[in-house]
Amino acid sequence: MGRSVIRVEGLGKQYRIGRRRGTSTLGEDLTAAVRAPLRWLRGRTASVKSAPAPGELFWALKDVSFEANAGDVLGIIGGNGAGKSTLLKILSRIVAPTAGWADIEGRVGSLLEVGTGFHPELTGRENVYMNGAMLGMRKAEIVRKFDAIVAFADIGPFLDTPVKRYSSGMQVRLAFAVAAHLEPEVLIVDEVLAVGDAQFQKKCLGKMQDVSRGDGRTVLFVSHNMDAVQRLCGRVLLLERGRAAAMGETSQVVAQYLSRTRGSSSPDEWIDLSQAERSGSGSVRVAAVKYGSELAEAGGQPYPDGPLTVDLAVQVSTACTVASLAVTLYDVHGTKLVNADTISLGRTLRLDPGQHRLSLRIGELHLNPGVYTLGLWLAGPLDTVFDSVPAALDVEVVTVQGPGLGRAASDDGLVTSKLELLGSD
Amino acid sequence: MKPAGGYSIEMSQRDAAVPVVRIRPAKGWMPLNLRELAAAHELLYFLVVRSLKLRYKQTVLGGAWAVLQPLLTMAVFSVVFGRLARLDSDGLPYPVFAFVALVPWTYFANALTQAGNSLVEQQQLLTKVYFPRLLLPLAAVIAGLVDLAIAFVMLLLLLAWYGIAPSPRLLAAPAFVLLAAASALAPGLWLAALNVRYRDVRHVIPFLVQIWLFVTPVAYSSKLVPERWRPLYGLNPMAGVVDGFRWAVAPGATAPLPTLGASVVAVAVLLAVGLYFFRRMERSFADVI
Repeated sequence: MGRSVIRVEGLGKQYRIGRRRGTSTLGEDLTAAVRAPLRWLRGRTASVKSAPAPGELFWALKDVSFEANAGDVLGIIGGNGAGKSTLLKILSRIVAPTAGWADIEGRVGSLLEVGTGFHPELTGRENVYMNGAMLGMRKAEIVRKFDAIVAFADIGPFLDTPVKRYSSGMQVRLAFAVAAHLEPEVLIVDEVLAVGDAQFQKKCLGKMQDVSRGDGRTVLFVSHNMDAVQRLCGRVLLLERGRAAAMGETSQVVAQYLSRTRGSSSPDEWIDLSQAERSGSGSVRVAAVKYGSELAEAGGQPYPDGPLTVDLAVQVSTACTVASLAVTLYDVHGTKLVNADTISLGRTLRLDPGQHRLSLRIGELHLNPGVYTLGLWLAGPLDTVFDSVPAALDVEVVTVQGPGLGRAASDDGLVTSKLELLGSD
Repeated sequence: MKPAGGYSIEMSQRDAAVPVVRIRPAKGWMPLNLRELAAAHELLYFLVVRSLKLRYKQTVLGGAWAVLQPLLTMAVFSVVFGRLARLDSDGLPYPVFAFVALVPWTYFANALTQAGNSLVEQQQLLTKVYFPRLLLPLAAVIAGLVDLAIAFVMLLLLLAWYGIAPSPRLLAAPAFVLLAAASALAPGLWLAALNVRYRDVRHVIPFLVQIWLFVTPVAYSSKLVPERWRPLYGLNPMAGVVDGFRWAVAPGATAPLPTLGASVVAVAVLLAVGLYFFRRMERSFADVI
């Protein structure tokens, strides 16, 4: 333990903006070539472009340095476009950095997206071999681990079915199983677990823990799910607009991240979520949210043991069935306190394209006064996440007239309790 | 003492075995990294098998296409160039004359097309997984060899049908096949790399193959080209391949050495430069595609 396995120094990646992915047309390149014949003769690549006008360049990642030791689980968090995926792509050697360097000791297994490298026409079995070879496994190694991979992915009867008939959940299970069984010295996992169901997510988290603690391997884990980050990661790197904003002990960095992303909110008015950080397929998106407590004297703010109503204005782009609509409350450290999920009610909502309004009500919210982060989650019946906004807004649970006349305890804890004094002898 | 010493040696061996992945900005020309390529031979095998499995999925005739393609072309050529234009066919029956050239030509045309499109067609791999990118065009060129083998068996049947005894020179065919594979890979590398950046290439490839057919002695005999121009003509490596194949089956043909020599040199140069060019472009593929 303690041996540094990943060293990253001043890593940066520059893109050209204004044009999609910096592609230029043949015509433009030919013009440039005629203008700069010498440069053309010396040869050009995408990274050695003729000096572009300033302002066209944009650093997706800039000056990021960190080290990770064997056995570390390093979380990487940050908003959309903060550079998390760019960093992982560089470390997976998919794209080359523009500046800086990184050294990684040992094999790198990376899982950047659902079904990475899967071919839809090939069967699960064929894809395991293909994918394993692609991640750098020898054939003998794949043969040896084949049963373990299939058992972990839990796709038994579909092994010889083309992957195109798999659900996205099954694909991600298989992909994760292959990558995790590669036994790489470094395992890189991007936000892929959001696709799987809760049980599988738990299994993956467990596997990643085994990989790091048991085998002393290093895991880099990107997630929007602060709960998972909290449970899994020892240290966290926070990226903001391509730069390392913080690096350190998990709960501190997560708290810093949550405090920066939350906007202030007030009850009984629509709060626009179009700019919120989110993940999911997007077939349903929460455009705005409104919450309240039906109590005028609390100003509509939720209060201990009172109700919490949540209204959602959703935009449906493709007709779908919502099986799970969840409102989640986190404390400032990102610990999940309440997860009110309609999946437990067993009722589904069929939504046609267009705008809809969804409402739900938590009858009693057992939270003590304080500021909590409210997250929203919309998913279909088959693991498909439509929209997940882990930090939609902050709600403040306020003090209202309590049942007794006594003053509030100085440190109440987060959760309420029904207290009776039974008397004394 | 002994165990301690043994332990430290074992440790140092293990440490030495752990490869360090060095990630640096892409600058200038890169060495080829043949060791990495050699380590990936199993992946190459899987890629070839995959492309074979996918090629004839959801087709009715399946592998029969490997034979039908050159056979039908042969029929058309025999009518147009053999019967109507009455082109000289080096003393061979025209259908044999055409087919013996169409076997390597069909392979070359398909391999070049597939290698040229290999990166663009598998961009989901390029942007999600790291592996030596060279494997994709290489797998396309190798996978075509199976079709070539099937067509070659057909050629032997055709020779038997026309009562032409197979000459021992046929044993040289693998060398010409290798030359054909290299001839497809070399421009395939250039086209594949350029295709990532300029999708114009996708439209250029069929056109290029068509023109290439005319400058290759498939429908006509290379004897139509004056002797002193043969080495120059041989700069088209497929001229060397086709003449080689004809030499291997036609009784009493002279070895097309000037053409072949020029072809080998041309392929070697084109391939070497192509490999470095590909390697140079490789690191920006995922950014640009």
